[in-house]
Amino acid sequence: MTTTTAPAAGAVAPRQHAPVRRPSLLRLTAVELRKLVDTRAGRWLLITIGLITAVIVTLQLIYAKDAEQTFVNFFTPSLLPIGVLLPVLGILSITSEWSQRTALTTYALVPRRERVVVAKLIAVVLTSLASVLVSLAVAAAGTLVASATGGAGTWQIDASLILNAVILQVTGVLMGAAFGLLLLNPPLAIVGYLLLPTLWGVLGEMVRPLRGPSEWLDTSKTMEPLFSSDAVTGEQWGRMVVSLLVWMVLPLAAGLVRTLRREVS
Amino acid sequence: MITVENLTKRYGPHPAVDDVSFHCEPGTVTGFLGPNGAGKSTTMRMICGLTAPTAGRATVSGRPYRELPNPGREVGVLLDASAQHAGRTGREALTLSAYTMGLDRREVAAKLDLVGLNAVAAKRRVRAYSLGMRQRLGLAQALLGDPRVLILDEPANGLDPEGIFWMRGLLRDFADRGGTVLLSSHLLREVEAVADRLVVIGGGRIVAQGTKDDLLAGGGTLVRARDGAALRRALDAAGLTAADSADGLLVQADAEAVGQAAADAGVALAALRPADGGGLEQLFLTLTAGESTKEAVR
Repeated sequence: MTTTTAPAAGAVAPRQHAPVRRPSLLRLTAVELRKLVDTRAGRWLLITIGLITAVIVTLQLIYAKDAEQTFVNFFTPSLLPIGVLLPVLGILSITSEWSQRTALTTYALVPRRERVVVAKLIAVVLTSLASVLVSLAVAAAGTLVASATGGAGTWQIDASLILNAVILQVTGVLMGAAFGLLLLNPPLAIVGYLLLPTLWGVLGEMVRPLRGPSEWLDTSKTMEPLFSSDAVTGEQWGRMVVSLLVWMVLPLAAGLVRTLRREVS
Repeated sequence: MITVENLTKRYGPHPAVDDVSFHCEPGTVTGFLGPNGAGKSTTMRMICGLTAPTAGRATVSGRPYRELPNPGREVGVLLDASAQHAGRTGREALTLSAYTMGLDRREVAAKLDLVGLNAVAAKRRVRAYSLGMRQRLGLAQALLGDPRVLILDEPANGLDPEGIFWMRGLLRDFADRGGTVLLSSHLLREVEAVADRLVVIGGGRIVAQGTKDDLLAGGGTLVRARDGAALRRALDAAGLTAADSADGLLVQADAEAVGQAAADAGVALAALRPADGGGLEQLFLTLTAGESTKEAVR
């Protein structure tokens, strides 16, 4: 009798992978950047921002006094529409995962949700930095045209103004992202982000006892010095930090906790 | 391999999943059966770390899901085919996943091809996809990282008969090559054809589990007579319990005992056979009927 050493049933070895590494933060950030532009909503939001900036400069070229057609005067107004619209992109980046239910795929592939959130934050911050470059480029184009058509075409700009612009745009998108994280619902987060600080400002104007705190908490007031060419004072920085703690850091922290705990379905 | 130990999920006082334990071995397809709202999806979400369990634990390939370094390369997950961004194309949805997992871009085309989404379909936005196409896209996504484990929630939903047949072949082949498959369904027929093992859940609790053959063997005997009332009296007299089914009476006894009972009472039989496929259906209905009714009125 011959004995055969048959392999035990079920010994079919599943295919062994090379050791799999977890996706790096760089990779996750690249994915999140791609998600910002691979839908129509995201793409059109960016195109709209670009168009509005171009239109503002064009209007200035046509209607502003020649002496006012300077690099700084082209640069500063472009910050405002971008500062309002770009945070919406940050909000959508976070909330659309829940409204479109892609969170199911995203968090199944990366169960450490905090890594996805950090990647999203990096992605929107990079976008806001890029937006400052766009503002600079558009302003430069405007200045070139101005100097060719008889405008002042002065190139002089303080480095501090560019730094202020960076602070303004970065804190803006982070505030948007914070509202998105906290509310996890696109319309709610967008309305909340646009309305709450403004509402607070209006209340601060109307209700006398609130006027004091509003000097420290109303971001439209505390961030105002960033637009001016005067140096920002220590107290102004202080107010800015306090208002950002309330409207950015706090919702960011609470929103992160909420996102980590939320059931994905 | 999937191991589920005493998983429990409570929403308020109501347990959606109550002390569920089972495991899925490599090389097998496990059918996870239960009526809608029985706790299948919640259990699967807990396995995948998307829902935190109230108690108990689950591991995939020996580790809690959240501790898998790159889960997509280990486990393919399809929990809801509709959970795709409506504004992305099918190809874009897969590309994002492939890039997250660190896969070659060519995998996307290969898997789209595998599930039968052609180049035209791949370029369309998911908004325009039928449910069947979304299921195929979801399956492509699950298979993208060449995982060893598949967790699929109602994957046959929306597929046409040809598609269901195709999917069975795909899952069978996946398991035969040493993979582990857990697939849920509320339709028995779907699972019966492909599963080796069955886990039946109702009202959040496991009501039966074992190999399909074992569970089928408990299916009993199907008997029919022209005079149904007389047959029932005869079975009662012999102390056999009979339940109504579409084809006659289902008796929890072998054919010999049933035939003898009928002969003793002089009842002429029109049919007498072991309850085969239908037995599982009866089992499924009896095991879950109470719970599903409860579910419906809640």
